[in-house]
Amino acid sequence: MKALQKLFDNLKPNFEKGGKWEKFHTLYEGHRTIVFAPDLTTKAKGAQIKDATDLKRVMITVVIAMIPTLLFGILNVGEQHFLAIGEDATWVDKALFGAMSVLPILIVTYGVGLLTEFIFCVIRNHPISEGYLVSGMLIALVIPPHIPLWQVALATIFAVVIGKEVFGGTGMNILNVAMTARAFLYFAYPANISGDQVWTYLADKTPVDGFSGATALSVVYNAGVQNTNAVEALNQHNSVIGDGLYSLSNMFMGWIPGSIGETSTLMCLIGAVILIATGVGSWKIIVSGFAGAYLMGLVMNLLAVNEYMALPPQYHWVMGGLAFGIVFMATDPVSAAQTETGKWIYGFLIGVFTIIIRVTNPAYPEGIMLAVLFMNVVAPLIDYYVVKANKTRRLQRATV
Amino acid sequence: MSKIVKLKKGFDLKLVGKAPLEIANLASATTFAIKPTDFPGIQRPKVLVNEGDTVKAGTPILIDKAMDQVIYAAPVSGEIVEIKRGDKRKLLEIKILADQTITHENFGKIDLNQDRDALAVKLASTGVWPNILQRPYGVVANPADSPKAIFVSAFDTNPLAPDYGFTLQGQERYFQAGIDALAKLTKGKVHLNVDGSKPAPAIFSGVKNAQTNQFSGPHPAGNVGVQIHHLDPINKGEIAWTVSPFGVVQIGKVVLDGIFDASKVVALTGSELTKTGYVKTYSGANVSTFVKGNLNSGHVRVISGNVLTGEKVNLDGFLGFYHNQITVIPEGDQEEFLGWLLPTTSKLSFHRALGMFSFLNKGEFKVDTNTHGEERAFVVTGEFEKVLPMDILPTYLFKAIIAEDYDEMEELGLYEIVEEDVALCEFVDPSKNELQVLVRHGIELLMYS
Repeated sequence: MKALQKLFDNLKPNFEKGGKWEKFHTLYEGHRTIVFAPDLTTKAKGAQIKDATDLKRVMITVVIAMIPTLLFGILNVGEQHFLAIGEDATWVDKALFGAMSVLPILIVTYGVGLLTEFIFCVIRNHPISEGYLVSGMLIALVIPPHIPLWQVALATIFAVVIGKEVFGGTGMNILNVAMTARAFLYFAYPANISGDQVWTYLADKTPVDGFSGATALSVVYNAGVQNTNAVEALNQHNSVIGDGLYSLSNMFMGWIPGSIGETSTLMCLIGAVILIATGVGSWKIIVSGFAGAYLMGLVMNLLAVNEYMALPPQYHWVMGGLAFGIVFMATDPVSAAQTETGKWIYGFLIGVFTIIIRVTNPAYPEGIMLAVLFMNVVAPLIDYYVVKANKTRRLQRATV
Repeated sequence: MSKIVKLKKGFDLKLVGKAPLEIANLASATTFAIKPTDFPGIQRPKVLVNEGDTVKAGTPILIDKAMDQVIYAAPVSGEIVEIKRGDKRKLLEIKILADQTITHENFGKIDLNQDRDALAVKLASTGVWPNILQRPYGVVANPADSPKAIFVSAFDTNPLAPDYGFTLQGQERYFQAGIDALAKLTKGKVHLNVDGSKPAPAIFSGVKNAQTNQFSGPHPAGNVGVQIHHLDPINKGEIAWTVSPFGVVQIGKVVLDGIFDASKVVALTGSELTKTGYVKTYSGANVSTFVKGNLNSGHVRVISGNVLTGEKVNLDGFLGFYHNQITVIPEGDQEEFLGWLLPTTSKLSFHRALGMFSFLNKGEFKVDTNTHGEERAFVVTGEFEKVLPMDILPTYLFKAIIAEDYDEMEELGLYEIVEEDVALCEFVDPSKNELQVLVRHGIELLMYS
């Protein structure tokens, strides 16, 4: 450790005022503080000691909570590939195939995103913030496995610059950074992120006859259009590659086509347990989000003018990216509601809007992305009324 | 009509270095100082003595020209040895070399049956008045004001805080006299808030002329600001006063004996002191005699006060006017390899983020002054609310102060808090913002607008 410290110390003069790399001072500090927690001490006035937890630790906790979804995602990309082409393969083959397609995406999101962040930090001369640790992972997990890497890079740059840095960096953004990246891809390159053909990574192989790459959401949507029972349609889907691909239990486990990290509700729940146990993610948002989706599903059941509306609400929990979105996207503290009362309302409405968009809007089979982005925008309004209620209580007390 | 309030929010910091309830055998201090910087409300301090003058305990040393009826008195008798000034001739310290035996100015016994205003003016002229603080703002009270109530918090929940039952033992008579005097000064009540979790010490039981309330719960249950919020919150335009138990005793002494007695029992605490305990000294004592030769290691920070709200002083610095505790902890100015990542049970944390297992550790923690991270924008939400047992939205209040939005500051409750109330928020903040300095900045904006 002494040697490493010495190396940093030797480099330090170059980055100090008057040094040849003075402008890149923030990069030096950023890297040194990753290897060594800084030697800063408290000021003469104010709290003389500080809590051992810092933002780096908070952020890495979220990254760890996402690891189960990442590992499962890698395995599932391989699983879906070999299912679709009708070949048997060992778990090792599946994992290797999945890793070959997922890791490049992860490398691009982190590489390009951090580079963009570094450039901004140098230009604006502010410290490198650890927020991107989470965003880089999130972006990779919410896009389909086959996506061209240049699109990933473009979306990442857009999300970091327009989603975050123009507002002043981590802590100042209005929209969730990863959802901004996904929305960018969704509207700029719809062919690569919507429709039936994108969710299973086939590479250059041809699928078995009769294979359909449709996701559960589009299967249910078509059932609604054709007026056939939605649950039956799910159960019978893709029988050429085996029964029960879209059964409730299989969708809960996550062995289905979809974006890399979103398919397994189980893995998202493991992540939720980590976030709640560590107190890093708001349990209020997670609980109210699932509750909102379930209740809205029930309301749809009551109306039931088509088969999609008649779908039992528990299916909404396991289809698409609802679980992933509520656990990892909605709980982003910066873009979520910031008051405790507001968090209940915010999470609940994300659940409600996701189901409304899914069921009633033919253009967007998946509602969670737009629901989260919409609620990001509305969150300050929710907080405004919660804060106003607090002020009103104080004012009323004064007149008594 | 006494109230029992049980608080749930908050956090008790269990630290190494608690003072055992005994008087430590240490040499007594010989120099003492009045530091105008201890009184945040002083606007135009004026020194009334010159270097070389001799003074008695109670001799006026300093006044604020903006409120000149309140005098700040010498804590001991002796010679003025130095008047220390800083940049732009800012007044920093007025040092007194103490006599072997302390002599006092004699103010004569004070008759409590006199007119309220006359009593206030009399008390203000004796040196005890700076014990009376005004809310909002946490500054020395104006004798001309009539507070709606006066609050005394009879226990301290801060880390390693002194036990008032021990430091004030035997002062029952003076405490009662002090309460009687305070009761004269307000049209409302005098509230005496005791620790509801254990039986009250002799000095606080059976006190007349005051309403005794019980508070229990983790720190900051002992903060008088939190207690006011639950008893009789301060609204815009209202004024309440707060006095520490030591201040009440000091007022009692001037009432009964006619002297300004600045002697106090101070707790010596912290992991870096070889010998912890209590010492008898006077307000503004030089800390060096208690600290030098009593250290476990060389690289330490000496704090006048506790680790949450105290102030760093030099090894030969002076105890603050409102402080009755000296804490010595290690300086934390060294880097730590992967300090933000490695799992640990020995680092004190309110949070349970990855690898922070301190909640499993039921023992006492040794803490240093390291910030454990760099300053960032507010990111994490909902944590301040967990350590502030008041109906206040701290994050929004802090943001209003940063934005210097006067209306928002008022409406969000800045009148109800002073620095110490947000000390725990500052401690738990993963973004490492300096919230106590921020709150004082906001208060100054409101005061001088």
